[in-house]
Amino acid sequence: MSAALILRGLVKEYVRGKRVLDGISLAFDPAGMTAVIGPSGTGKSTLLRCVNRLVEPTAGEIIFGGRDIAPLKGRALREARRQIGMVFQEYNLVERLTVMENLLSGRLGYVPAHKAWLRRFPQEDVDRAFALLDQVGLTGLANQRADALSGGQRQRVGIARAVMQNPKLLLADEPTSSLDPKTSVEIMALMREVGRQHSIPVIVNMHDVELARRFADRIIGMSGGRVVFDGAPVGLTDDVLKTIYGGESWLH
Amino acid sequence: MAALSTAAGRVALRPSVWARVGWVLLAVYVVYALGRLDFSWPRFVTGLDNGARFFARMLPPRVAQPDSLLQGLTESLEIAILASCIGILLSLPIGLLAARNLMPAWASWPARALIAATRSFHPVIVAIIFVKAVGFGALAGIGALVVGSVGFIGKLFAEAIEEISLKQVEAIRATGAPFMNVITYGVMPQVFGRFIGFATYQLDSNLRNSTMVGIVGAGGIGGTLFSAFQRFDYDFVAAILLSIIAMIMVGEVLAAWVRGVFLEKGKVEEE
Repeated sequence: MSAALILRGLVKEYVRGKRVLDGISLAFDPAGMTAVIGPSGTGKSTLLRCVNRLVEPTAGEIIFGGRDIAPLKGRALREARRQIGMVFQEYNLVERLTVMENLLSGRLGYVPAHKAWLRRFPQEDVDRAFALLDQVGLTGLANQRADALSGGQRQRVGIARAVMQNPKLLLADEPTSSLDPKTSVEIMALMREVGRQHSIPVIVNMHDVELARRFADRIIGMSGGRVVFDGAPVGLTDDVLKTIYGGESWLH
Repeated sequence: MAALSTAAGRVALRPSVWARVGWVLLAVYVVYALGRLDFSWPRFVTGLDNGARFFARMLPPRVAQPDSLLQGLTESLEIAILASCIGILLSLPIGLLAARNLMPAWASWPARALIAATRSFHPVIVAIIFVKAVGFGALAGIGALVVGSVGFIGKLFAEAIEEISLKQVEAIRATGAPFMNVITYGVMPQVFGRFIGFATYQLDSNLRNSTMVGIVGAGGIGGTLFSAFQRFDYDFVAAILLSIIAMIMVGEVLAAWVRGVFLEKGKVEEE
């Protein structure tokens, strides 16, 4: 299988000389769920946001869709972003718009400005949106305002919005950190299901190691801006976790 | 840290010395300024007496020139509504350009400078300039009030945009949406309600200002009022003032209706 995403020597310095990402090189298969774990501030979120260029990398290559997207600008960058769906920790829905409008905003990379303003999306997009609503378990909520939903419901909308883009890659930045344990499991299951159904890789940032073990096919452990573990969940022993997070008392 | 645990260190809510000094200085200045402005008690009493006589001549109100009054009122209304529409339309892009959290410095600084400049002058002063430029009449009045509207709405709109949650904007950007779509879906829903509030406030303000620009020849009821005043037709003046009050109240109802249409709770704005 050729890789869906390759990172080569990815570096990010927010402050000159202080590397948050210290030369990350990784390859991701076109299927399966990868969980990125590590202590707060170690660059997990930065890593994900460099991929869709919400954060500008300082150096390195991001090979996606057959080309390096790191230096892209303007229209080319937007076309690359259309292919990458992102789910956020705080859902990042447009609170005042309805669920349907939030879903359709996933298509904003394809719809011209005046049509978007008038809410004239192609019928097939609207049909797909309704189908997706059913799939994520939010049937009947199409006209509810986003701020009237619970956290779990909002994240489902967030996932559906990302899927509306028909992406080749799904990124999730701590998607369950604001959710209760049961809802977290449901959301992880939904993302894994989406990845399988659309045959796209899913890369998830998370804090919950047990959740990562349960759902991910591959775990990447980061510490100090570097990858210190890269393998199957079974390889995630206590010693490895100590290397990643430091300290012992939290393990027992 | 030791100070926290002793009794002496535990005084709360003590007013600062500098605040007290400030108040005293302010009181001293007020007294001094009153003295300089020839504000004396006898003058005040005479003024009250003159005021009472003047007021008596205004009653009963008499519509001396109905045509002139009606024409003046309609012109004021037209000036106010046209100036508000044009001003609102212009202040949208200008306010957007002035938002520092969305725009690069080369866009936001000129926009902010423009807004600051338009806010510096009272509408009447701007009206004088417009009368010089485009001649007497309603066009000058509209121009003056457009300038004022852009300044007011533009500033508040820019500030409202600077307070939005950028998370929503980030999510829309991440879908590959072009700039205008990011604005329409990520920014506008967050500020549209407040924008409508500013716009209706400015409509009301323009109604009041439109009665005034006529005094310098820029159209509207102000001209009628001023000439009635100069002819000592005080009862006509009273009639004009009452009709202005009526017009403003109509404007209030209109503004409330607009707010009701656009800001219905729970309803999506553009539906």
